[in-house]
Amino acid sequence: MRRTHNRFAPGPRHFLDWPAARRPRPRDHGALLLFDHRGKAPMSGPNNEFDPVEVTPLKAEEVEAMTEAALAAVAAATDLDALKQVRIEHTGDRSPLALANREIGALPPQARKDAGQRVGKARGAVNQALAARQAVLEAEHEERMLVEETVDVTVAVDRRPRGARHPLTTGAERIADVFVAMGWEIAEGPVLEAEWLNFDALNLGPDHPARTMQDTFWTDPAENHVVLRTHTSPVQARTMLTRTPPIYVACPGRVFRTDEYDATHSPMFHQVEGIAIDEGITMAHLKGTLDHFAAAMFGEGISTRFRPSFFPFTEPSAEVDLVCFVCRGTAVDADGATCRTCRGEGWIEWGGCGVMNPRVLVACGVDPERYTGFAFGMGIDRTLMFRHGVEDLRAFFEGDVRFATAFGTEI
Amino acid sequence: MKAPVSWIREHVDLPADVTTEELARRLTDLGLKLEAIERPGHDITGPLVVGRVLTKSPEPQKNGKTINWCTVDVGDANGTGEPQGIVCGAHNFEPGDLVVVVLPGGVLPGDFAISARTTYGHLSAGMICSAAELGLPAGFGGASDGIIVLPPDAGAPGDDAFALLPLRDEVIEFEINPDRAYALSLRGVAREAALAFDAPYADPVDRPVPAADGEGHPVVVDDPDGCPVFVARTVSGFDPTAPTPDWMARRIQLAGMRPISLAVDVTNYVMLETGRPIHGYDADKVTGALRVRRATAGERLTTLDGTDRALSPEDLVVTDDSGIIGLGGVMGGETTEMSSTTTRVLVEAAHWDAVSMFRTGRRHKITSEAGKRNERGVDPTICEAAADRVVELLVAHGGGTADAGVTVVGTPPAPAKVTVAADLPARVSGIDIDAATTRRHLAAVGCGVGGDDAALDVVVPPWRPDLTDPFDMVEEVVRIVGYGAVPSVLPTPTAGRGLTREQRLRRRVGRALAGAGLVEVVSFPFTGEAALDALEVPADDERRRTVRLANPLSTEEPSYTTTLLTGTLAAAARNTGRGMPGIALFETGTVAFASDVAAPLLGVDRRPTDDELAALLGALPRQPLHLAVVLGGQRDNPGWWGAGRDADWVDVVGVVRDLAGELGVEVQVENDQLAPWHPGRCAKVVLVGVDGTRTTLGHAGELHPRVVARLGLPARTSAAELDLDLLLAAVPDAVRGPVFSTYPVAKEDVALLVDAAVPAGDVEAALREGAGALLESLRLFDVYTGAGVPEGSKSLAFALRFRALDRTLAEGEAAAARDAAVALATARTGAALRG
Ligand SMILES: [Zn+2]
Repeated sequence: MRRTHNRFAPGPRHFLDWPAARRPRPRDHGALLLFDHRGKAPMSGPNNEFDPVEVTPLKAEEVEAMTEAALAAVAAATDLDALKQVRIEHTGDRSPLALANREIGALPPQARKDAGQRVGKARGAVNQALAARQAVLEAEHEERMLVEETVDVTVAVDRRPRGARHPLTTGAERIADVFVAMGWEIAEGPVLEAEWLNFDALNLGPDHPARTMQDTFWTDPAENHVVLRTHTSPVQARTMLTRTPPIYVACPGRVFRTDEYDATHSPMFHQVEGIAIDEGITMAHLKGTLDHFAAAMFGEGISTRFRPSFFPFTEPSAEVDLVCFVCRGTAVDADGATCRTCRGEGWIEWGGCGVMNPRVLVACGVDPERYTGFAFGMGIDRTLMFRHGVEDLRAFFEGDVRFATAFGTEI
Repeated sequence: MKAPVSWIREHVDLPADVTTEELARRLTDLGLKLEAIERPGHDITGPLVVGRVLTKSPEPQKNGKTINWCTVDVGDANGTGEPQGIVCGAHNFEPGDLVVVVLPGGVLPGDFAISARTTYGHLSAGMICSAAELGLPAGFGGASDGIIVLPPDAGAPGDDAFALLPLRDEVIEFEINPDRAYALSLRGVAREAALAFDAPYADPVDRPVPAADGEGHPVVVDDPDGCPVFVARTVSGFDPTAPTPDWMARRIQLAGMRPISLAVDVTNYVMLETGRPIHGYDADKVTGALRVRRATAGERLTTLDGTDRALSPEDLVVTDDSGIIGLGGVMGGETTEMSSTTTRVLVEAAHWDAVSMFRTGRRHKITSEAGKRNERGVDPTICEAAADRVVELLVAHGGGTADAGVTVVGTPPAPAKVTVAADLPARVSGIDIDAATTRRHLAAVGCGVGGDDAALDVVVPPWRPDLTDPFDMVEEVVRIVGYGAVPSVLPTPTAGRGLTREQRLRRRVGRALAGAGLVEVVSFPFTGEAALDALEVPADDERRRTVRLANPLSTEEPSYTTTLLTGTLAAAARNTGRGMPGIALFETGTVAFASDVAAPLLGVDRRPTDDELAALLGALPRQPLHLAVVLGGQRDNPGWWGAGRDADWVDVVGVVRDLAGELGVEVQVENDQLAPWHPGRCAKVVLVGVDGTRTTLGHAGELHPRVVARLGLPARTSAAELDLDLLLAAVPDAVRGPVFSTYPVAKEDVALLVDAAVPAGDVEAALREGAGALLESLRLFDVYTGAGVPEGSKSLAFALRFRALDRTLAEGEAAAARDAAVALATARTGAALRG
């Protein structure tokens, strides 16, 4: 059946004709106020009319005729309004049965009982019929109204667009929740950071070649020794400087490098750093933590592997790879083609990690003889890119509402 | 670092069946990270054969070029044995020469398929190949330009050229971390390969060298810290026109460098082979002794890249009688550069202080293959061997003779010694590693290992300046044991306290705003004067006190921003530009206000004192967390239900008030004027402390129409920016459960006539105060001007609800409270009750 938009809404009125809920403006509320809280419903006065007494209506055949007329009228009422009229006509003050009832008093005492019973029974029968009919008509009315009020619920109802939180925010929160669930805490620090905390304290002295690997934004003048932090690692230093071990802290945050902006690079991106400092901490604890983190973010059975690497603040250092959560390390997708997520590697490069370099512990006031620690860091943006198949890093920073809206308020 | 596999195999006797993938994987497991595997020449497929040119007829063309119509004997390679007719554009060959011919069916690099085709009036069936066409280095086969002419004894027509030419190789490109500078050489890569496969290794610097005799070119080192070892050798009678041997040029090319000339290529080849950068001087241009010293202020040098450089007193320089002739270890000078007429080569193999190299390289912005190695640390003991290797290759391929004199100044620094607890690798890695294993692996990387089974005395090999600490030894041992052996064990942290109050509140803010239909954006915090001008921020406004960056990516946005609005409004305009009918955005982020205080650079040998730390943290710019909100265009969509509604200032002030309400913070708004807002529609949002202090949280309202137009935003776009740190600090810790009355409510509405300039907020406050304890709520439900209201006045209508906690209000109680409220409003604001 061909359906058009102006035919699919049954009911008394076309939905497009429904008045917009709009208040006429301007209008003077002052005038309206005069009538507020003042009015009372008009009260009907007492009925002092006198009806002449007659006896004929109390005869049995008369009462029966009245009753039958009333019952016929009830049965004939087809809607509630008609029934209301029937009620007035046949049970109201001026109805024949009411008038008959009024005349009972005028009868001799011995006749009153009979007549009273007769009229009472008649009125009872009429009231009962009225009630029954009322119930039927109400049910019919309700049924009809429900039919009449039927709308097409498939019409658009997007009166107000949905809001959303940014996946970088909710992604960082999700990561935080994984660590909080393990008993860790979440630490933060400023993005405009002291050079000493960003570099020196982390065993990245001014002449360390690794400094040039982190293309740093320096604030002007450079002699003020303030940089835009190039990693979240200064939060490590801050944490060690202000807390006493055991320390189990994750630090998500915004970092900056002088990278030109393209599909895979951005001058601003996000990292999460984690550090654990305790007695007897080993690389095994690092591996266990990252395996748990990987499984929590990417699913049961997704684990990590380490490759030797170099970071000044850790020794030994490792790069962390993640079993590809799409092909689960097989390097091929469901169709047997090369897995696109890991590009056929079976592994995805995830971040860096290692055992805390004792030199960092010394600079940050932790006794390296008593404590060992580990640290790791990974890109949040990058993690979200491969977790959610985002092809272009710029999608995170353009602010197009369609991007964030797709992720809702939790990730 | 690009290492041709054939070159690696020259120094380590790897099993023949080890594939390049396997080699790369094992080396990656040891810490030389695979970047890429290249297979040069594997994109060439035959038939590629030796041919002998039979005839060559030059044919001038209309376009001015002359082509050669040739016939070439390719033996049986073409299946017929007949001469092959080929058109060739090059001229550097004659009949009788042996050349390389690709026949139809062959494919050259770039997926260039060869077929017989008619060109210049001939059917040309194949191609006589040049070096470039085969991906070989320029000059291959002795021809600097044109096709390759093979030596007469190279082979016979029809021979397979793949067997003859170094066309195919496999090259592993490694990403070498700063601590493994030794692997910036074939010497180092091969050593790791030997380690990986436990294969025999031949160290290329393991060669007899002539002893220093004091007869070589005189050298004086004034700064032995900067230059601990300086070796000089001289080759005389060198033929500057001698070509680089093909194998050497090919290896240099495969290693990612460009062959230049024999003398230069030899120094580069030896650098690639040993890791030791070498400098060659034209000995005839050097006058007198070489001298190493630091530059003095004001000295200049034109380096061989033609740049005239002002030198720093920290730069190490090499001088002769003429003055400065080179930046030691970084780049030579123009005046003594080797050239096409150089017949005497003075070879310098010197060990330089790595830090000095790093600083000079950075200072002068010079990055070079030599600098990269010198600044990361080179084996100081191989200067003599490397110089000798250079001399050997120069003499072998350029003729001439090695001068008898050998100059060696200085001695290599003594090897570093580190004491390591034998159980440290096990304690750090969590792997069961015994002392014997530790000893064996440390020895395998070249360490001398002494001491007992409790503490090992380790002598670090000279090519490993990175090994300074016990933990460095741990990494060496564990990488050989294998990182894959590290068990996976979850640590057992002490009980945590969950998220902090601020962290929870920030989540609450985000959820509340998203719930109100706003979408969060993340913008870059970079800004500039133009962006602030666009917002009409006055010159003396605090928001002009941005933190400037010394090296911004864009000169347009050289600063870290003081206001989120620059970014959020740009995102709003972007959405509008992309056709969104309405925008409802929010953003949180830190802004920064410039500080004039310098942060100290502290030592790292101990924890800073609390005072030092306080000074450090106190020097940082103030970085409050801000919230920005932008609403513009359609707030409610039109639809079958009726018209839509555009956002205006009411929405944005409403968002701010609702957020404060969600957080349980009482804020007040005042009329204010501030850029970039509409001067008549700008609300200052004020936090009222329990002690009555008033703190400005920020502003909200409609943007100035000029700003709206300038930024390309929907008309009447509204925005807010708040200091979120201040707002969140005011959030009460624990809300007290409310107590409320369930008795009947008494409603009283009042309409008050006030001067148009009186803020509704003032009237409301007076009513609230005057109504007393029975007032349950008060709400302004209408503002009216027009007929019935005098010019210059406005009518404010409030709905008051009264209720007592413990009883139904008696007749007249609510009216009395209402009258008291109105009386106070009248007294405070001149409000008059309307009839
Ligand atoms: Zn995969």
